[in-house]
Formats: sequence, C-alpha cells, structure tokens
Amino acid sequence: MKHARGDAAFRLTVTLSGVAVLGVLALMIISTTLDALPVLRSQGLGTFLTGTTWDPGGSRTAITGTYQAGVFLYGTLVTALIALLLAVPVSLGIGLFLSDIAHPRVRGPFVALIDLLAAIPSVVYGLWGLHFFAPVVLKPTAQTLSGGLGWIPLFEGPVIAFNVFYAGVVLAIMVLPIITSIAREVFSSVPDAQRHAAYAVGATRWEVMRSVVLPRSRPGIVGAIMLGLGRALGETIAVALLIGGATAINASIFQPGETVASKIVNTFQESAPEAVRALIALGVTLFAITIVINIAARLIVRRMGDLSGEAVA
Amino acid sequence: MPLGRRARRTALPLLLVGSLVLAACQATGAPSSSDGPRSPSTSAGAGLQANLVGAGATFPDPVYQEWIGAFTAENPGVSITYEPIGSGGGVEQFIAGSTDFGGSDAFMTDDELAAAEKAHGCAAVHIPTVFGAVAVAYNLPGVEGLVLDSSAIAKIFLGEIKTWNDPAIAALNPNATLPATDIIVAHRSDGSGTTSIFTTYLDGESGQWHDAVGKGKEVSWPTGVGGQGNDGVAAAIAQNEGGIGYVELSYAIENSLTVASVKNADGMAIEPTLESTAAAADGIEIPEDLRFNISGVAGKGYPIAGATWVLAYTCGYDAAKADALKAFLRWSLENGDDIARQLHYAPIGEALQVRALANVDRINAAG
Amino acid sequence: MIQTTSLLVRPRAVRSRLAVDRVVTGLVVLSAVVALVPLLLIVGVTVVRGLPAMNLEFLTETFNFSRRTAGGGYLHGLIGSLYMGALAALMAIPIGIAAGVFLTEFPRSRLAGPLRFFSDVMTGVPSVFVGLFVYTLLVSRIGFGTFVGAVSLAIIMLPIVVRASEEILRLVPGDLKRASYALGARQWQTVLRVVLPTAAPGLVTGSVLAIARALGETAPLVLTALAAQTVVLDFQGGGQTALPLLIFREARGAFAAGQERAWAGALELMLLVLVLSVIARYVGRRFHG
Repeated sequence: MKHARGDAAFRLTVTLSGVAVLGVLALMIISTTLDALPVLRSQGLGTFLTGTTWDPGGSRTAITGTYQAGVFLYGTLVTALIALLLAVPVSLGIGLFLSDIAHPRVRGPFVALIDLLAAIPSVVYGLWGLHFFAPVVLKPTAQTLSGGLGWIPLFEGPVIAFNVFYAGVVLAIMVLPIITSIAREVFSSVPDAQRHAAYAVGATRWEVMRSVVLPRSRPGIVGAIMLGLGRALGETIAVALLIGGATAINASIFQPGETVASKIVNTFQESAPEAVRALIALGVTLFAITIVINIAARLIVRRMGDLSGEAVA
Repeated sequence: MPLGRRARRTALPLLLVGSLVLAACQATGAPSSSDGPRSPSTSAGAGLQANLVGAGATFPDPVYQEWIGAFTAENPGVSITYEPIGSGGGVEQFIAGSTDFGGSDAFMTDDELAAAEKAHGCAAVHIPTVFGAVAVAYNLPGVEGLVLDSSAIAKIFLGEIKTWNDPAIAALNPNATLPATDIIVAHRSDGSGTTSIFTTYLDGESGQWHDAVGKGKEVSWPTGVGGQGNDGVAAAIAQNEGGIGYVELSYAIENSLTVASVKNADGMAIEPTLESTAAAADGIEIPEDLRFNISGVAGKGYPIAGATWVLAYTCGYDAAKADALKAFLRWSLENGDDIARQLHYAPIGEALQVRALANVDRINAAG
Repeated sequence: MIQTTSLLVRPRAVRSRLAVDRVVTGLVVLSAVVALVPLLLIVGVTVVRGLPAMNLEFLTETFNFSRRTAGGGYLHGLIGSLYMGALAALMAIPIGIAAGVFLTEFPRSRLAGPLRFFSDVMTGVPSVFVGLFVYTLLVSRIGFGTFVGAVSLAIIMLPIVVRASEEILRLVPGDLKRASYALGARQWQTVLRVVLPTAAPGLVTGSVLAIARALGETAPLVLTALAAQTVVLDFQGGGQTALPLLIFREARGAFAAGQERAWAGALELMLLVLVLSVIARYVGRRFHG
C-alpha cells in the first residue's frame, strides 16, 4: 500500500519535472511577448519588421520613440548567409572525410577536435576575432576582395575595422561544428552495403559520394544547415564584438552592421525603460524566427531516423 | 544591497541615534567644506564605516574608480562599488532604490524626478562631478587645425555637405587647401552620453538639426557609418580618408586623434582641451537644482561639453551611510581634480564646486 | 545511375573520372585541414597572449582601481562564474534528470513526445533571448544579481540535461530493471536504487558538460547579472559578474592593459571549460567502458 503510494508520488514528481521544462518554454514566450506588445502595437507589426528607423525615446511608461527592426533583421540575415556560405561546404567536406575517407583510427580524435571547437565560449571567439583574426587574417583578405571586386556594391571599399564580413566569417567557424556533427551522422547512417554495391560496379570514391551518400542524405543535410542557420541567427557576443554597430543598412559587407542580437546587448545598458521594451520586442522577433527554423529543422532531421540528440544539442 | 528595503529596515530602530548623529554631521559638514579645496578631509572621515553601492554612467567610470580607490585608502572602513552599467540603468536602479547613489550623463527628467520622489519619499539631488567634452575628430591628411562652426557640423552630419572643399568649410578655413575628398561621417551606434552631448549641442544651435534629428543618447542618423563605442567611431575615422566623427575628448587625447576647433558663441575658434572644457561652464546660467546643459558657450570655452552627475537622495540613508557618502563626494569634489586631469576629464571649476558641495550637504538632510 | 560499364571501356573517360575523384578527395581532405586551422589559431593565440598576463596576481586579486594600468585580476569574475554556475546546477540538474527519468520510464505518456521535441527546440533558443526572458520575469521585479543570473544559466542548462539524461538512462540494461522488479521492487524503488546508481557516471557527464556550456555564456548575463567590480557573495541584488562578462567588457575597452587582462581571462575561462569537459568525459568513460 505504502509502496504503491510511493509509485504515485514518483510518477507525479517526474511528470511535474517534465511539465516544468515545458512550462519554462511557455513562460518564456508569454512573459517576453507581454512586455513587447506595447511596442509592437504602437509601431504596427508590419512597420516594426520592415522599417529602418530606430529612434528611441526616454519615457519610463509610454512608448514615444520610433522602433523599426529592418536594419537589424537585414544584418542578421547577411551575417548568417556569409556564415553558411563558408561553413556549409567545409562542414560537408569534413562530414564526407569522416564517413568515407578517414581511417577509423583518425576518426575519433578528429571528431573530438571538432567538438572542442564547439566547446569554446563565444566571448573567446569574439576576443580572438577582434584582436587577432580580423586584423591579421581577415583584413588583408577583405582588402584584396574589395580591391578586385570593389565595383560590386557588396564588396565596395573602404574596409572598416568592424564590419559585417568579419562577423560572418567568425560566425562560420562557430557554426561549423554544429553542421559537421549532424552531417557526419547523416553520412554515416547511409548503409555500407549501398556503398559497397557502388564500388563493386567500379565507381570511384567521388562517384560513390555523389550518387549514393549525398542523395540519400539530402534531407539530413538540409536539417543540418537549418540548425546551423538557427545558431548563426542567434549568436550574440562574438558578433557584437566584431560587427561594429550601425543604424542604417550599408550595401557593402566591409561596412559596420548590426544584428538583432548584437543590438540588444550593445544598447541595453543605456536604454530607458521604453527602449528596453523595444529591445525585448526585437528579442521576441528573433526568437520567433529561430524557433520556426529550429522546429522545421528538427522535424526534417527526425524524419531521417532517430539520430542521437547529442549531435544537435 | 538594496537601499530601499534594507536601509529603511535598519533606519527605523536607529531613528533616534541616527538623527542625533545626523545633526552632528551637519555641524561638522559646513566647516570642512569651507576649509578650502586642498585640505585633506581625513580628520572628518576617520572612523567612517559603510558599504556604498552606486551604478550608472560609463563615461566617468575610470575617474570614479580612481577616486574610490584613493578615498577608501584613506578611509579603510568604507567600501564603495560603482558599477558602470550605463546612465539609463543608473537612473532606473537609483529610482528603484537598489543602489545608494546613481551616476548619469544626462540629468534626470521631471518625469524621473517625480518617480524617484514618489518611490523614495523625498527628493533626489544632482551633484555634478566632472565635465566631458566631445571632440570632432577627422582624417584628412595634410589638413591640420581645421575650424568648424555649428552650422557646418550640422550640415556635415545631416549629409548636406558632402565634400571637404565645400564652400561652407572653405569659408571657415581660408588658409587651408581642402581636397575634393568625399566626407565619410562616423557616429555612435550605441546609446551614449557622448551622443547626447553632441546632439544636444547641435539641437540648440541649428533649427534644421532640431527638426530633422533632435537630441538624445541614441538618434536616427540621416547619414554615415555607425560604430560601437568610441573605439568603433575612432576606427571608422582612422581608416577612411575623409572621415569625420565625434568622440569623447579624453579618448581623443589618449589616442592622439586630429580634432577640429569649433567656433563658440563669440565666434572664437576653440580647440578642445581640458582648459577650454573647464572654461565652457564659466558664463553658463546654472539653475538652482544643478540640472543644466551647456549651451551658448562664449569666451575661451569650448562649446560641445556637458557635465556628468552623481544622484543621491535627501533622506532614507542610515547615518553611517550618509556620512560615508557625503565624505566621499566631498573628498572627490575637493581633492579629485588631479586624478580627473590625468584621466583627461575637466574639473567643474570652483564656482560650481561650491554649489555641488551644497547639494552634497543636502544628502539625508530631509531626514 | 552509374554508367560504369560503358565508361570502363573508354580509358580516357576513366582517366578523367579518376582525376575528378582525386581532386574531390583532395578537396574533402583539405576542408578537414581547413577546419583545424582556426582551432589551432584560437587555442594557440589565446595561450600565447593569455599566459604573460596570467600570474598569481591575476588569479587571486580583483580589479585594481585604475583600469588603465596593468595589474589586478579576475578573481571576482571567477567567483561569480562558479557561484552562479553552482546555483544554476542546483536548479537545472535535479529537474533535468527527473524529466529524463520521466521520458524513459513513461515513454508512452502523451507528454513524452512534446517534451522530447521541445527540449531539443529549447537548445536552439538564442541565449540572449533567455536573458531577455529572465529580465522581463525577474530582473524587472527584484533587480540584477547572482540569483537571476543563475536562473538564466539554469534555463540554458535545462534542455541539455534533459536530453543527455534520457540518452544515458536509456542505456541502462533492461535486464537489471527486470531483475529488480522480479525481486518485488516497485518502480520508484527500481529507479532510485538500480537505474539512477547504474547511470550515475553518465548522468554526471551530461550534467558537467551542461555546466561547462553555461559557464561560457555571456549574453544572458549581460541582461541579468549585469556587472560587479569586486567579489560579490550576496545571493541577490546589486549585480554580479562572471569571467565572460569581464572579458567582454575589457575586450572592447580602450585600455591596452584591459585587453591583456581579457586575454588572460579568456585563457582562464577556456581552461575551466576544458577541464570540466575532460572530467566529464573521464567519468563518462567509466560508465560506457
């Protein structure tokens, strides 16, 4: 009797813990949205998302300023695109290297090294990017690019010391391990029998990858890229240190920019209460975008079969 | 250490003792401030025991930290923390009562003062500590000693003057050979007191600026490259020939930036220095509550300048805290000038110092 | 799909196929090498720039009052990090493991699917948003400080602990559980006396990795812990600091001495995170091996 009650208490405890986890997520959405609502209502959702004026007021209670997220949404998308453009080919390359080329004895240590890249805190990426990687490596690269392709507005010089390009490249390094770890799992989950079949009819290694491994992995790769995208959109500190900060959209990637996340940490401290609410509205927008991407990505990856959650965490 | 709850709780049982000490303190307070600016106040400060927490503006943070260091070395019983969380946060925390004193680059609005009084039960006072100036830095090889006036600066930052050889600039610099280089405007992209001082100046001087942009810690810039902090703006200027932007004077001096002289109300072209910043407040009408913007600067004063303030309440501290806070502020105002100058902040000058000290004496005076 | 037979009889085509293969294989190997370059550069540069400033003073002292001069250290940041990390662990780990137990013990509950899925989704929530959330929920009411900072870290840890615990608990052999039941033990007794002790090393691994991840977070702390100049032992109120916060602030500051401290701080933080990860994996190997 007493033991049966023990079981009921046990079930209640663990169930409540599960509910608590979901409750935190729900509370997260409700609490921030409630604070963001006055701003969204005063600006209008369409104007808030597409306008490019950010002119905060100083009121403690009312909303007196103009708050439009366009500049920061643009910066968020451009940095994430640069990051993916650079990280995806390399990540897929590493994934193929690990699944189809590397000696099994190399595989383990290599995976551990890539995981190490994921374990480095983002503030360390930011410090390293700001005081080493950008001035030493990226600056000459950017100057060469703008020297040769400067006639394209996207690459127009001069190269400013803090810019969208620097933030995008460092972001690429940061999302690399995420995309790699899923790509590796996806590629490895292709049955060896299929590879052997292709090799048996004389296919080269590349032909096996192209005609067997990659086609079968396509949904998983899409999911991996989207998870990388979600991470790139939300990354804050490294970007805040590298992107400089801007209040208008600049065509050139060698000019400063601002992402939604960097805007929040850059201006939070000096903001009056109404402007803090506007930053919360920015945060809610970012959250909505990343959660949609995340849910879609996980549905795709999940359909691929049950990959261990560890890779995606 | 939230002042609101904790201090009030301890203040209640100590009410009687507190008011006695308070009276004693006021008695000693007056002579110590008339001793003259250089007198060491250790005699008055001996035996002080308190923990003070302040938060606010980042701009004066370096000088506050060194004042705290020097003061607490003389008064080992006192510990003071100042968190550079930004003026916005500084005012909010001060109103909320979670700090003992606030720091802000902008004086509190009537709205904020009313909120503070309502939350705390008595008025808050403004104590100006140092002046900061905003320098207009530029990057134009071969051109030194550039002179600008408010109308030219406004037009440049509005994007109306686009090249360096514009007639408006040429008229101000008859002896300089100005190239046809494009002007690249750099401004702060984060909220800052520096932006506030700069835009307040332009707002007061140029009607066009007032209508198009206005003033504030963060404004909607019609043109230019944004940069995070003084570093971001300085980098944008340094790397672009033709670049122009505004930075804190202390930052410009520290990094040897080329800065423009700016014409004041008397039509004098004044180079931004600590002396010309200190001179800025000389002819200024400063209201009773010490909330003021610096505008219409004349004489030898550099026109783009502003004060930064410590905020404190006229009641609600326990006696030990009030003594320590008053002793610290008095010490800083009387003995802190050298440290301020080393860090390139301009002292507020003797006339204003007397009035600031009077406000220090009002701390906790409302009981 | 693969026209190998027709290609095999044409040697030139074979040669070009082999050439393509060699190029692609080369590119794939190159990409692996390319990925290691930033890793080496980050670790290498942080060690080289951080070591000179990383001395006893740096480890055992707080800021000196003059930021522009060298000297002083990040002791307050280290203590703040450990303080908030420990509080966050106390909040997140019990709930996280319990939720993991729920997922493995009651997999057919209607709650299990959503819990598993949204825990995954939660790991992808931008950490700055977690900071904003705690700001709206707690900071706006009780102010900045250690506790609210710890809450934001706990929320970041929670989904990681849930998913890691579930993975580990699922590895506990069914035979062990059945043996326990056969001896007449109830479910709660089986979980408490058999399942959790068996899985303990793995649970420790998952938890420690989650702590390591939380200790490296900066953005949520900007909005919750805010800042502190000295060692703060208060549970709540008045602000708190952490290693990542100090690195962030001094990295973008104008003083060269501050940037030196930031490098040393980065080295300290990286060592802290790596040591925790190594411990976690060592404990974990005892479980798997």
